[in-house]
Amino acid sequence: MGKFNKGGKKGMPELNTSSLPDLIFTMLFFFMIVTTMREVTMKVQFRAPQATELEKLEKKSLVTFIYMGKPTQELQAKMGQETRIQLNDRFADVSEVQDYIYQERENMKEEDQPFMQVSLKVDKDTKMGIVTDVKQALRQAYALNINYSAAQRN
Amino acid sequence: MARKKRSMPGINATSTADIAFMLLIFFLTTTSMNTDRGLARRLPPPPDPNVKQQDNIIVKERNVLQVRINKDNQLMVGSEYMDISQLRAKAKEFIANPNDDVNLPEKHTVNIPLLGGDCMVTKNHVISVTNDVGTSYQAYIDVQNELVAAYNELRNEKAQASFGKPYAECSEDEQKAVRDFHPQKISEAEPKKYGK
Repeated sequence: MGKFNKGGKKGMPELNTSSLPDLIFTMLFFFMIVTTMREVTMKVQFRAPQATELEKLEKKSLVTFIYMGKPTQELQAKMGQETRIQLNDRFADVSEVQDYIYQERENMKEEDQPFMQVSLKVDKDTKMGIVTDVKQALRQAYALNINYSAAQRN
Repeated sequence: MARKKRSMPGINATSTADIAFMLLIFFLTTTSMNTDRGLARRLPPPPDPNVKQQDNIIVKERNVLQVRINKDNQLMVGSEYMDISQLRAKAKEFIANPNDDVNLPEKHTVNIPLLGGDCMVTKNHVISVTNDVGTSYQAYIDVQNELVAAYNELRNEKAQASFGKPYAECSEDEQKAVRDFHPQKISEAEPKKYGK
């Protein structure tokens, strides 16, 4: 009667995995596009204060970051426990903030310069004294759009 | 000579997936998702050294809400001690002045077409935040946050009453109208040195 292939090999046919690399590459490209490289290594501890009325930082290219906080555990032996300011990859003094802003502004596209934004990433246990000093420096440098970085409170 | 057709040996591609995975994991660990959020603020321009400080700009006392934070993170609003949880209600009452209290900000007529012509707006009110050198940053952010929350709630209420939808869902023009009705005026006073 019917001729069924009874004598053929039995067992699972092997799964074709030749497209798996393409799938993974797609994922890879997705992540490369939505994420940004961490630009600086943190030299100060930064634990964000908590708040509820938050706004998103719009354009990354317009934002300059200033970090403030105690030096990290490894650096505390060298730098002490005082609150420090970190600009890019190094520790800095309040007096350097103004020059830093000017420099960053120079590096921006000219049409973007008026929209410059400064994000203050300040540790939540910092005393306001140093924050106020930095704010005054920012005013002197005409960097008036600032953003206090904070985390969402549940 | 009989020539056998040579067949290309296929390249074994099973490990490309592993290589791609490793790249993927590398990028996942070195990058950060964009989750930067915060409280946006605008600083006043620096004082001009050529212009003599004018101290005689008289702001009527009823138009100013003084919020002071001391070094122990205690809060003084106006002339009374207050807990942070009470600040929002106090600020809302101050900004809106719903009962035309003589001790709360005076109202001026402002023409906002989208809200039906002339509106009574407390346009000269100022909330002044003063902090001590020893105030902790978290306490300062808490205060700023409560004040922004007070404005946001008032704007939401106004948008709900006028346009029947929350502020965030209003159109650009409607948002502007509501912003004109409740202008945000938080002033960061010139820092003072206490006890020196």
